[in-house]
Amino acid sequence: MREFEYFAPKTVKEALSLLSQYEEEAEIIAGGQSLLVIMRQGLFTPKYLIDVKGISALDYINRDEGKGLRIGALTIHRAIEKSPIIQRHFKVLSEMEGNLATIQTRNWGTIGGNLCHGDPAGDPAPVFIALMAKLKLASLGQERIMEVEEFSKDYLEVALEPNEMLVEIQVPTPPPNTGTAYEKLTVMKGDMGIVGAAVSITLSSEDGVCKDARIALSNASSIPLRVREAERQLIGKVLNDDLLAEAGQVASEEAETTSDVHGSAEYRREMVKVFVRRAARKALERARAG
Amino acid sequence: MNGELKELKLTINGKPYELKVKPQALLVDVLRKNLRLTGTKQGCLTSSCGACTIVIDGKAVKSCSILALQANGHEVTTIEGLADGDKLHPIQEAFIEHGAVECGFCTPGRVMSAKALLDENPNPTREEIREAMQSNLCADEGYVKYIEAVEIVVKKTQGGS
Ligand SMILES: Cc1cc2nc3c(=O)[nH]c(=O)nc-3n(C[C@H](O)[C@H](O)[C@H](O)COP(=O)(O)OP(=O)(O)OC[C@H]3O[C@@H](n4cnc5c(N)ncnc54)[C@H](O)[C@@H]3O)c2cc1C
Repeated sequence: MREFEYFAPKTVKEALSLLSQYEEEAEIIAGGQSLLVIMRQGLFTPKYLIDVKGISALDYINRDEGKGLRIGALTIHRAIEKSPIIQRHFKVLSEMEGNLATIQTRNWGTIGGNLCHGDPAGDPAPVFIALMAKLKLASLGQERIMEVEEFSKDYLEVALEPNEMLVEIQVPTPPPNTGTAYEKLTVMKGDMGIVGAAVSITLSSEDGVCKDARIALSNASSIPLRVREAERQLIGKVLNDDLLAEAGQVASEEAETTSDVHGSAEYRREMVKVFVRRAARKALERARAG
Repeated sequence: MNGELKELKLTINGKPYELKVKPQALLVDVLRKNLRLTGTKQGCLTSSCGACTIVIDGKAVKSCSILALQANGHEVTTIEGLADGDKLHPIQEAFIEHGAVECGFCTPGRVMSAKALLDENPNPTREEIREAMQSNLCADEGYVKYIEAVEIVVKKTQGGS
């Protein structure tokens, strides 16, 4: 690995001052589970490395009914998977984490690092998009809030300014009668998904009509992709399995799949159909259960 | 300065260490090369094979995917820390008795994954054992005996349930 200068700030403020000092020449490292792979291959050679893993103030999970769920950017995947709060109120997040990489990676990799890496195959982003989550980004003396949906710009590119870091993920409390599910296609449990689909469905408590639907795909474009046309197939209707299949069909038309060793573009498109329907069935079942 | 040696203080197998390392040094390299704790193996260097698995603060992690400096102030346990003098750890014993070792290269990583699991959850299900060891790849012995070896440890420590 190429040499770099190393800093281990203990507070967010220290980290942000270092970022504002070195800007483009600096890179944050959290768990390094994604970053070190590309640094070891020499694909990325930062001059200054700012290690934020030790900033314990950004390691938290808390929730209240009004504000919803707040997750600190440095919370490890395993903590989200095992959190009783999340298992109880945001089961889909715990399920998604339980199937993200393997235990060793989940024990050191952070949720913030996953989102900031901007891999369209990543699992958390589509789930957060389905859950209408927002991100809190901080630079020295400033903070801004951004929808997760707006965050990814291109393959491995996110909307962070050079002097900014992600500090928190904010997930609102879902409306009543909402169900959310995530399904991904893998050869082995814990692999990166060949494609994945997150679906959230909200039913009206009076007549059971679908009030809202959100569908986001992983690994079906250069970014985690929200498929709005597919959502429109569901909104305003009394849902049945044919409509869920229709949403899958439309989603696969909206997807911008590409080919690689794990699957051809055509195969991925076909699998988007299957996985949107599969996740939608589960989401609907959960929405009906309240 | 770029590449300047940095101070690293950590506890390994209960013993405090203070040394100077390059910022780009991976934890697996510092363990093996600087400290000669060569029980931890370096396999793929891409975070795939699990041969470099060690335990930090009670959690199994891959030492090829962590900078040595990131372990500063932490408690590290490696395979060398398991036996008590000449007395092997029950997991090591079960691996040997049950024939869960062939060439041995993946064994330290596997034992460390099992150790982290059993410390956290002394009575895991077979599925939980499989999940905990899922990321420890083996090229010869296979994937059954070591799961059974962990089950043997569980049976012994849980009073034969
Ligand atoms: C074997 C293996 C299997 C995997 N399988 C999956 C999988 O199935 N699904 C999945 O989604 N992921 C998977 N991953 C990816 C990985 O788990 C995550 O991307 C990883 O957890 C990233 O977190 P990190 O803390 O290690 O980030 P790092 O590697 O430290 O950082 C990643 C990037 O984010 C930036 N960054 C980190 N934190 C911040 C912050 N707070 N603010 C601003 N920028 C920041 C860094 O500068 C860097 O560019 C896998 C990885 C491995 C090695």
